[in-house]
Amino acid sequence: MKPKQPERMMGTDRNPYYRWLTRNMVLIVTLVSLAPMLAVSGIILKEFHHSYHEKVHAHFKELVQKHKQNIDAFLSERLGDIRFIASSFTFAQLSDEIFLQEKLKLLQKEFGPVFEDIGVITQDGLQVNYAGPFKLGKALYSEADWFKASIQTDYFISDVFLGLRGLPHFIVAVRQTWKGSPWILRATIDFAAFNSLVENLRIGKTGFAFIVNQQGAFQTKPRFDAIPDRTAFKYFADDGTPGADVIHIVERSDSAGNRNIYAAGFLKNGDWLMICQQSMAEAYADLDHARNIALAVLLAGGLAIIVTAIIVAKKMVSKIAQSDREKELMNQQVIETGKLASIGELAAGIAHEINNPVAIMVEEAGWIQDLLEEEEFHASDNLEEFRRSLNQIKAQGRRCKEITHKLLSFARKTDSRIQDIPLNELIEEVVNLSAQRAKYANVTIQTHLDGDLRPVRASQTELQQVLFNLVNNALDALEPKGGVIDITSRLNGRFVEMEVADNGPGIPRQNLERLFDPFFTTKPVGKGTGLGLSICYGIVKKMGGEVDVRSVVGGGATFCVRIPRPPDES
Amino acid sequence: MTIANILLVDDEVPFVEAMTRRLTRRELHVETAFSGPEALERLEAQGNIEVVILDVKMPVMDGIQTLQAIKSKYPLVEVIMLTGHATVESAIDGMKLGAFDYLMKPCDMEILVDKVKEASQTKRRHEEKIIQARLKAITSRRP
Repeated sequence: MKPKQPERMMGTDRNPYYRWLTRNMVLIVTLVSLAPMLAVSGIILKEFHHSYHEKVHAHFKELVQKHKQNIDAFLSERLGDIRFIASSFTFAQLSDEIFLQEKLKLLQKEFGPVFEDIGVITQDGLQVNYAGPFKLGKALYSEADWFKASIQTDYFISDVFLGLRGLPHFIVAVRQTWKGSPWILRATIDFAAFNSLVENLRIGKTGFAFIVNQQGAFQTKPRFDAIPDRTAFKYFADDGTPGADVIHIVERSDSAGNRNIYAAGFLKNGDWLMICQQSMAEAYADLDHARNIALAVLLAGGLAIIVTAIIVAKKMVSKIAQSDREKELMNQQVIETGKLASIGELAAGIAHEINNPVAIMVEEAGWIQDLLEEEEFHASDNLEEFRRSLNQIKAQGRRCKEITHKLLSFARKTDSRIQDIPLNELIEEVVNLSAQRAKYANVTIQTHLDGDLRPVRASQTELQQVLFNLVNNALDALEPKGGVIDITSRLNGRFVEMEVADNGPGIPRQNLERLFDPFFTTKPVGKGTGLGLSICYGIVKKMGGEVDVRSVVGGGATFCVRIPRPPDES
Repeated sequence: MTIANILLVDDEVPFVEAMTRRLTRRELHVETAFSGPEALERLEAQGNIEVVILDVKMPVMDGIQTLQAIKSKYPLVEVIMLTGHATVESAIDGMKLGAFDYLMKPCDMEILVDKVKEASQTKRRHEEKIIQARLKAITSRRP
């Protein structure tokens, strides 16, 4: 809720209205400045985020695609090698132990230790010939899964398994026919050689690749320092089509709760899935770094905007408060002028009502005086005393007349129209009206008036009020000890100067600066409103003039009012 | 013998009474009225009034209105305005409307009597001039 505008002025920090105004201004300026900045920054960050993600995804896709092709090529090449041997030589030739060993050596010489061993197996699953480091001659594979699958198809590549030797390996098998009966030539692929194809794929510190089969079993050895997510295959198998030449990218948390990016592509006609994974924190480290810098800049900018908004709002509210104070002062001035006008009307009424009885008294006294001229009274012993007394009545009647005339004169001048004011006459009037108070305060009012002064353009009431206030303040300062007030009028450049000086106790330095502030008073409670001098200041400023004060403690005070001379004169 | 016949107009009865006594003592014949309309009645009834002493501030019909009425009907009768300070402007307006002079209350009796004498003589001079003019007109018409 909006607080009520203050009736009496106080500091902008303490006043609820100005606090509310400051808060609102800060809020509006901050919102208007920050909102577009945040919107633009947000859009840019989002676009950058999107582009960077696409770039990272593209990099992953390219990497997986390349290695997937490499592995597929490796497998098909090894299969091709075995198919070549199976189709080039007969079952009988290959059943010869030395012949088969020669072929194995030839393969190892050509391709390195990729081929671990080689064997010839009948349709019953009996390995009739074997060349290799293990003692697997005459081994029976009729129950082995890979054999059952191989006998059904022309060629077959198994998953990685431990088998009879108890070491991870996989088999490449080719089916041929000899005299109407199928037989199989199989070769064991060295796991280390195959594994190195995938193990060498490293991305940063946390990125690595591995292969799983459809059951989620590892077909390559993952890095020791990482635990790949075993559910990944299921996720990709459900999401994509096994065998399709598409690379899928997924960003998700693993079972340990780490956010990872996964890129996967199917191998071996959809039997295997090659997954490449990297921690998202590392993959997007540059993006995060850029985002952090942007956020820091945004934060600094936001803080700068808020600080600026606070400073600007405080300055503006201070200006508004000052304007309100001036308005308040003007209102007070209007009220004071109104009061003065009312007092004037009252004075006029009283003066007129008193004037008639005084006139009657004077006339009656005159009548008695007339009667005393009769001869019959001449013999009276008290004749002289009667005359003296009647003269006194008439003199006091005239005094009353002068007082009422002064009051009426004052009342007539309570309008604020700008007119030509004879300053010296105005000073004399104020001195006359203050004479009684000065007498009781033991104060002598002296005037030093420049007789050549021409009228100034001002409001009679307002100028009178200024002088009244200054004289009354001087009287207040001199009471009860008494002293002297000097009122001077003179020309000074383009101004007419009116000076009111007293020889009172003076004004302390700390009070001089605040003397013209509204509601500032050093008088006891109930004696002064603190508005007199501020109203004087307002009136003189409105006239285009100046008012200043010179004072030292113990050396009296001098108020100097400068009013511009009329244009034609100056 | 009276110096002049005057009509004193003021709504303050004690003032009128005191003034009447003092003016009469100074060989002036004083008629009194306490309002504008009453003043006009007196003028109508007493054909020999030479000077009217007229207060400016009165109820019903103020001094200015009374002056205008007197001057329109009895242009030769001289009027001295008597005023408080607040109505000096009105008294000056009265001068513009043909009043002989104005004085401020309470006034000095000797000054007032002098003014009355002066006004009375002025009126008499005006009447004399008119009579002379009329006589001249009559004599010039004779063949």
